[in-house]
Amino acid sequence: MSSVIPLTIISLSVIASIAAVILFFVARKFKVFEDPRIDEVQEILPAANCGGCGFAGCRNFAEALVKADSFEGLVCPVGGAKIMEEAAALLGKEAPVVDPLVAVLLCNGTPEFRPKTSNYTGVYDCRISHNLYAGESDCSYGCLEYADCVRACAFSALYMDPETRLPVVIDEKCVACGACVKACPRNIFELRKKAKKDRKIYVACSNCDKGGPARRACKVACIGCGKCVKVCQFDAITLENNLAYIDATKCTFCRKCAPECPTNSILEINFPPRKQKIEAEPAQTTEN
Amino acid sequence: MLKTFPTGGVHPPENKITANAPIQSLPLPEQVIIPVSQHIGAPATAIVNKGDTVKAGQTIATSKGFVSSNIHSSVSGKVSKIDMVTDTTGYKQTAVFIDVSGDEWVDTIDRSEEIIQDVGLTPEEITRKCLDAGIVGLGGATFPSHVKLTVPSGKKCDVLIINGVECEPYLTADHRLMLERGEEVLTGATILMKALRVEKALIGIESNKPDALAHIAKLASGFKGITVHGLKVKYPQGAEKQLIKALIKREVPSGRLPLDVGTVVHNVGTAFAVYEAVQKNKPLFERVVTVTGRSLSSPGNFLVRTGTPVSKLIAAAGGMPEDTGKIVAGGPMMGKAINNTDVPVVKGMSGLLLIPLEESGRAGSEPCIRCARCVSVCPLGLEPYLLMTLAELGLYERAETEKITDCMECGSCSYTCPAARPLLDYIRLGKGIVIKMARERNLK
Repeated sequence: MSSVIPLTIISLSVIASIAAVILFFVARKFKVFEDPRIDEVQEILPAANCGGCGFAGCRNFAEALVKADSFEGLVCPVGGAKIMEEAAALLGKEAPVVDPLVAVLLCNGTPEFRPKTSNYTGVYDCRISHNLYAGESDCSYGCLEYADCVRACAFSALYMDPETRLPVVIDEKCVACGACVKACPRNIFELRKKAKKDRKIYVACSNCDKGGPARRACKVACIGCGKCVKVCQFDAITLENNLAYIDATKCTFCRKCAPECPTNSILEINFPPRKQKIEAEPAQTTEN
Repeated sequence: MLKTFPTGGVHPPENKITANAPIQSLPLPEQVIIPVSQHIGAPATAIVNKGDTVKAGQTIATSKGFVSSNIHSSVSGKVSKIDMVTDTTGYKQTAVFIDVSGDEWVDTIDRSEEIIQDVGLTPEEITRKCLDAGIVGLGGATFPSHVKLTVPSGKKCDVLIINGVECEPYLTADHRLMLERGEEVLTGATILMKALRVEKALIGIESNKPDALAHIAKLASGFKGITVHGLKVKYPQGAEKQLIKALIKREVPSGRLPLDVGTVVHNVGTAFAVYEAVQKNKPLFERVVTVTGRSLSSPGNFLVRTGTPVSKLIAAAGGMPEDTGKIVAGGPMMGKAINNTDVPVVKGMSGLLLIPLEESGRAGSEPCIRCARCVSVCPLGLEPYLLMTLAELGLYERAETEKITDCMECGSCSYTCPAARPLLDYIRLGKGIVIKMARERNLK
């Protein structure tokens, strides 16, 4: 009986040492080399794991940064220029200049402008409603109002306005990760170039129908009349599929197009009020 | 002992209130709107222009690709425009608008009432005629019939099944067709047998239509190779795979077609359309639609030209009741609610159901209590509660291994759920995404 304990200790020690030796060689043989810089870059990144860069998470993005020859096309939208520069300094590369972007909803179909023609009693989910039918109004392009984008936003930069029943982007919080763009089944979010003082001029409509049906469905729909295209001196406005689009990279914020729009579908946000009183209205009706 | 399929199924209240209403012809409307896509597959291409004069039965849009179908004018008159129209889904699609004047048909159509039983054509000619006449599956799926009649080499078909089940509550279009046009339906079945080169055809009819069952059984004794079988009343017996299982006890494997087990299923409505196309040279431009609902003053079965606005049908059935809460194109189980009564009747519309407001809402959904009723009623042996959760959480790979794509969207799970969970809504969403995922993977 007395010999059992020492015997156990000895036998276990022998097994342990043999296992240790095996493990030592196995660990050496199968060692995976990982660039220590990946960890360092990951430290810098915001750890939001939002997927805005196009990679599954911050770790994958860090790996991509370390492996990449140049930073061309690699951007962390959350960290922006500052973090990209830090990462570039660490890796001895050059960070490309990136314009900060912000999400914008291309629809202004509030209940006031866009009358309801049916009642949806199904699941509170845009994708399901979108698969079933054109939506509660006659506009089959606009916002469905079931907040898929709000649920997709990891930065609490979106909320549903109970009055307009449309999602509102909080510019300060939006990092342009693009989660809302992907979540929206109607594809009516756009990442636009951020301007000074969060100023924006854009066509708040996605309706590709001809003028008549579009107008009947929603009072502030773009009817594709092309007036804004004519007035724009900077070739920033294009008209395609009965829908005008203002290119934010070309727009100079001259504000000539907005008063031309017969349906007030061009929104001007965060501008000082115009001197004439009629044209100050569109800015009043918007979310921001 | 009546035949039926073994797994799952539900029995909703039948409500076949129009079962005794004879088929009436609906007067021609002033304008018809004919969408160029009334079938599964590629939309047809319009070949008429604004201002053209057309006759009923004239081809106005030709099929594009193999899985596609021709579209014919259902009236005579003048093409007023080719424009976008809101279809039953609420989305817009291209349609031909025709202002009706008179009722002149294409000369080749035999408009006599005489029934021609002898089939002198070869299988290829029959298939060709089905393609030309724009015949699609009239049970609701609108799959082009000529595709089903073309047996690919290496596959063998030994029995044809004619679907006279009509398991959807409320609908009676097929029921009335069997009663009033039984001989034509059976001749159509003979034509289909010839096209598929089979000697045997089985007609399945649910036992809640005893008159149609007796009538067709009596007539069938005069047709070679056709037998009629009564089936137990159970939804979704009219689904292809379930009907095959019930009638010939063969199981179509997951992801395969009935042809893989040597059979093809056609609806009685399709059989009738094939008869008209082959024997009378009449393209598919009218169909029987059941207009029903408990509040309607005179619900009935109407023979209606495609492209007629739905509002005309409702007016013919006594006008829209004031308490209408929902208008459903199709039956209550698989039909789709429409939000506009100007939408045109299309080839696949088997019924129009007006549900009173008090019955049209959905009960608030409560948490799943794992009672597994959805599992026991699923005719395909799937686990709807699990598929719903997987789709809701976005676990699409797992949903694929759980065979979400096998779901045929019969709605038995949602119907039976005591917690009123939106099972089918999420499963349908997940199914769509999984199919898209698989397609992208195959492209790579």
